[in-house]
Amino acid sequence: MNATLGRETDPQLEAMYQEVILDHYRHPHGRGLREPFDTEVHHVNPVCGDEITLRLSLRTADEGAGEQEVNLSFEAQGCSISQAAASVMFEQVEGVPLTRALAVGEQFRELMDSATREVNVDEETLGDGIAFAGVARYPARVKCALLPWMALRDAAARVVGPEVVEGDRE
Amino acid sequence: MSTSASATGGPTVSSPASSTGFDLDRVRADFPILRRTVRGGKRLVYLDSAATSQKPVEVLDAERAFYEVSNAAVHRGAHQLAEEATEAYEQARRRIAGFVGAAAGDLIFTKNATEALNLAAYSFTNATAKSAVGADLPDGAERFVLKPGDEIVVTEMEHHANLVPWQEVCVKTGARLRWLGITDDGRLDLSRLGEIVNERTKVLAVVHQSNLLGTINPLKPLAERAREVGALFVVDACQSVPHVPVDVADTGADLIAWSGHKMLGPMGIGCLWGRAEVLAAMPPFITGGSMIKVVRMESSTYADPPQRFEAGVPMAAQAVGLAAAVEYLERLGMDVVAAHERELTGYLLNRMRELSGVAIIGPETTVDRGGTVSFVIDGVHAHDVGQVLDDRGVAVRVGHHCAWPTCERFGVRATARASLAVYNGRDDVDALIDAIGDTQRFFGTR
Repeated sequence: MNATLGRETDPQLEAMYQEVILDHYRHPHGRGLREPFDTEVHHVNPVCGDEITLRLSLRTADEGAGEQEVNLSFEAQGCSISQAAASVMFEQVEGVPLTRALAVGEQFRELMDSATREVNVDEETLGDGIAFAGVARYPARVKCALLPWMALRDAAARVVGPEVVEGDRE
Repeated sequence: MSTSASATGGPTVSSPASSTGFDLDRVRADFPILRRTVRGGKRLVYLDSAATSQKPVEVLDAERAFYEVSNAAVHRGAHQLAEEATEAYEQARRRIAGFVGAAAGDLIFTKNATEALNLAAYSFTNATAKSAVGADLPDGAERFVLKPGDEIVVTEMEHHANLVPWQEVCVKTGARLRWLGITDDGRLDLSRLGEIVNERTKVLAVVHQSNLLGTINPLKPLAERAREVGALFVVDACQSVPHVPVDVADTGADLIAWSGHKMLGPMGIGCLWGRAEVLAAMPPFITGGSMIKVVRMESSTYADPPQRFEAGVPMAAQAVGLAAAVEYLERLGMDVVAAHERELTGYLLNRMRELSGVAIIGPETTVDRGGTVSFVIDGVHAHDVGQVLDDRGVAVRVGHHCAWPTCERFGVRATARASLAVYNGRDDVDALIDAIGDTQRFFGTR
C-alpha cells in the first residue's frame, strides 16, 4: 500500500499516518472478546462515536508470588487512529506486569500532550507507541489515540482500585 | 445582491457563472474569513455551514457598532444608552420576526436553538410539576400538563437537540416517547403517521430539514395530523431557515426553533417563534430578572411573552448582528439564495454519484432535499476522510452529527458531511471531489 501522495500533502499528515499505524489499522492484533475476565469496560468518544469494549483479567505469575500480569481482550470500532492505538496497546501490554502496562500508558498520555508543552517521553518505555507522535499535532485526533488507553486505565482501576492506578502516576 | 461598501478586496476566486444570475465573487468578498488560507497556504473550502455558517462583514460591523455606540443593558435603566440599546434590541426582534413572516411579540430570543427546544420541552415538565401541587398556571396551560399514558412523537432523524429534551420530559412525567421512522431512501416514513400520532399524542416534534440526511420533511401532513389529535406541533428549523424562504404561518407549526449562527449571524443567539396563544399558555422556563411582573418575598408573577422567556440581560449585540444577517439575506433574496444552493446541491450530488466506492447517506436527488450531503467511503473511516480533506483545505464535519440514531438507522458509525451555503460555488464542490479521490489513494482503496 502507498501511504504517500506527494502532491501538496502536508508532511504533518504523513507524519500522523505512519506506516506502523496504517499496518495496525489494516491488520489489528488482539481483537475479539475472550473469557474469563475480571472486569469489562465500554468507552466511547461521544464526539465521533468511536467505541471500545475491553476486558481485563490480572494473572499472578510464579504461582502467586510474582507481579500481576495483564490479560486483555477487546472489540473496537472507529477510525484508523483509535483502531491502531488499540492494536499497538495490545501488543505492548499483553502479558506484561500491570505496573509496566500503566507506565506505558502514562508515557503515551505524555506523548499526546507534546504539541502544547515540553514533554519528557521515554522512547524505550513507549515502544511502538512513538509512532503516534504525529497525532499530537491534531488535537481533534488525540482522543482517538487515547481511547483504548483510557479504557485500560479504567479497567485496571476497577480491578485493583483507583488509588493503585493513580498512585502509579507521578 | 450585496451593495456593501466592503465588497472589495480579497482574492479573485474562479466561480463559474451560475444559472441563477447570482454574483458569487461579490458574495464571497463579503466574508473576510474566506480570504484566509489553511494547512500550508491552501484556499479555505468551507463545507461545514450546517455546523455553523461564516459571517459577512456587515454582521461583524453591526455587533461592533452596537458595542461602540449604544452598549447598555437592555430593558433596564432610563439613560440614553439604555434607551438606544433597548430600541436596537427590539428593532432587531422586529426585523428577524419579519424575515419569517412573524409578529415581533411572538419571537423569543434564546442562547441557541438547543435552548429554544428545551424551552418548549420544559413548558411541559414545569406545567406538569406545578399542576401536581396545584400551583398557578397561565390560562390554557392544561395542554402542557402530561401524565402517564400520554405520548410524545419525534422522528428517527432528529438532531439530539430535538430528541434528548423530549426523552427527559418523558422520564419526568411518565409520558411515552414514540417516533416516526425513516425509509431506505432517507425519507420520513409517513405510512404509520395515523397510528403513531394519535389521540394520546401531546407533542409532535419534527425536524424541517435533517442535519445529517439533508431531507426536507413535508410539514403539511404532519401539521394536519397534529391538529386533528390536538398535539402541539414543534418544528426544528435550524437547517431550513438559513437556506430557503420560511413563513411561520405556512408551516402549520405551533412552535419553531432555529439558530442565529447557522444563518450568517453571530453565535450566542437562537430563536423560538410560537403562536401567540401557545406562548401565552406556557409557564416560564429560566427565571430571574426582567421576566417578572411583580416580585414579593413569598412569590412572583410573570411578564407576558416574549419577556416571560427572556430572563437576565439579553444578548443585544448578537440580536443586532443577527438582524444584520437577516438584512444581508433579504438583500440577496431568499429565493435567489435557495436557487443558488439548489443548483449547487444538484451539481454536488451528480459529481458524488459518479464516484466509485462512495455512498451518499440520504436522498440522492434534489427533490425535497437541501445542500447537506452525508457520505461514506468504502474502507476509510469518516474521521480519516475528514483528515485528508482537511489537508486539502476542505472543511467538512465528520462523526454522527449529533444524530446518532439516524446513523444507526443506516448502519453507519459515522459519516463525512459536506454542507453548502450561499458563499459556496462549483469550485468548492470540485475541490471536495478531488480530495475524496486523494483520500481513496492515500488509504489505498482506489
